[in-house]
Amino acid sequence: MAAYILRRLVTAALILLGVSFITFVLLYVLPADPVRQIAGRSATPETVESIRRQLGLDQPLVVQYGNYLWNLLQGDLGRSYLQKTEVATLITARLPATLLLMVAAIFCELVIGLTLGVIAALYRGRALDNVLMLSSFVTVSAPQFVVALLLLYVFSVQLGWFPIGGYGTFSHLVLPAVTLGILGSGWYARIMRSSMLDVLRADFIRTARAKGLGRGRIILGHAIPNAILPVIAMIGIDIGMFMSGIVVVESVFGWPGIGQLAWQAIQRVDIPIIMGVTLISALAIVIGNLIADLISPLIDPRIKLH
Amino acid sequence: MSVAAPTSPEPGTQPGPQPDPQQAGPISAAPSVLRRLLSRKLALFGLFIILICVGGAVFARWLAPFDPAEQFFDGLTIEGSPMPPGPVYWFGTDLLGRDLLSRLLYGAQTSLIIGIVANGAALLIGTLVGVTAGYFRGLIGAGLMRFTDLMMAFPALLLAICLAAIFQPSLWIVAMVIACVNWVQTARVVYTQTSSLAERDFIAAEKTLGAGHGRILFRHILPHLMPTLIVWGTLGISTTVLLEATLSFLGVGVQPPTPSWGNIIFENQTWFQAAPWLVFIPGAVILLLALAFNLVGDALRDILDPTQQGRD
Repeated sequence: MAAYILRRLVTAALILLGVSFITFVLLYVLPADPVRQIAGRSATPETVESIRRQLGLDQPLVVQYGNYLWNLLQGDLGRSYLQKTEVATLITARLPATLLLMVAAIFCELVIGLTLGVIAALYRGRALDNVLMLSSFVTVSAPQFVVALLLLYVFSVQLGWFPIGGYGTFSHLVLPAVTLGILGSGWYARIMRSSMLDVLRADFIRTARAKGLGRGRIILGHAIPNAILPVIAMIGIDIGMFMSGIVVVESVFGWPGIGQLAWQAIQRVDIPIIMGVTLISALAIVIGNLIADLISPLIDPRIKLH
Repeated sequence: MSVAAPTSPEPGTQPGPQPDPQQAGPISAAPSVLRRLLSRKLALFGLFIILICVGGAVFARWLAPFDPAEQFFDGLTIEGSPMPPGPVYWFGTDLLGRDLLSRLLYGAQTSLIIGIVANGAALLIGTLVGVTAGYFRGLIGAGLMRFTDLMMAFPALLLAICLAAIFQPSLWIVAMVIACVNWVQTARVVYTQTSSLAERDFIAAEKTLGAGHGRILFRHILPHLMPTLIVWGTLGISTTVLLEATLSFLGVGVQPPTPSWGNIIFENQTWFQAAPWLVFIPGAVILLLALAFNLVGDALRDILDPTQQGRD
């Protein structure tokens, strides 16, 4: 177990190294010149050159990457080109908002998804099951921004129940979290449904029924607790999917998390911030997958780590 | 020439439509797959939507009631706001007084071109990587799979947005960006399948008989991969359509004036409180097309994948 975890951690570190290298190369071969962006249109060639030197952008790419890595190892993600602030500071300031949204979103996904999955499994093959499975397809096929704008339109513009966007109170959190919850719920519903169906076929359920337990007790006491276990491991993978899609939801709802930070940085070619957010997201994905893999054998002892 | 190989009859010796036994896989099974596909209500619904979208895109020039780029003087109200859906402009007009229905029909071309090109390229890259790593293995294979693992850890949308923002986005650039992001899943699936196929006895038998890599790959491995590729190809179009819409919605996708379903929403989102149809009609169209490909892809998976049979 310890050797396995160690090996996975080394792999994770290598993956992050690779991600940092690819992002670095991509961002520095880009045709958009950040120096021009900073200096402005009216800058003289001399000013442009001095800014370039000041930022270290005149050095060879390898040296720049080497410097970046060296600083990264010391926890330094560099300095924003435009905001003159440490990227690490910017990200730490934004991270709580994103984490809050993540927890709320995953909670919504689980509540909606697991409920629908259980209902679909219990009504297997009937009309309700078909409707629920079709709706799970709809949520998987819905563009994030359309769902976000739809909820905004109905609940903020028309009904006025929630603010149009922003951050601070519980009512600000509801719509972004529900948007992500609806979109992710289809995925959980399908997993939960097939997990429930597997469990309902199992021998111990038949035993419970033979013992004379009521249907409600069997489902709530035996089937659901067992069926839910494989779903828990999926949360790790879900964290990765969440990090990937956060840019859209945060920018539609004006949620001040790292997704919005990244989106603003992309528009202004603020490379250190883009690098930083990409690395943090990749870190979250790697950790999420690691958690998923480590939890599986705890939940189901038949799964062996190797 | 290949007298000893009973599997490939000489073209001249056996006249008539003799089915090639080698082809007796997915290809001769195609009619029955289609029949089973048509017997499923949801898949039928999906095919119907796809047909409408393809028809709308191909015949946009004749179907569109107006020129998609023309800004109509009577296309805006006296206050200068877009017209709601009505008898002249069925789906209303956009912020510049252009006919939304016509723009959607032409936008279907963009979505489908990107869906097919980007997804085709992703499928090709994924298959090449997966087959190389799964069949030839070796250092290159191992390297390719490590690279695939690395790409799995990349925040895909963030990467796509970065790439699209870096290069001046055009239709083809967006297609390539999407291909760069979407090949990863295919590569993994193809890799797993190929490496288990490569271990099988009939491949070893072929090798013993002196078959070259080309013959094994094209006559044995690829036909076995076909069902997987068909399923992933169909499901992938849905992902691609959504990704294109998202990139265009953020303004880093297909650029106006070329209409795309995503950039129609991008252009009009400032009007979304006063003229919600400008956001929700294109949004519904994107959803329907993505849903259609998901439904058909899922049905194909049920039909083509023997391990999924009898399961729900």
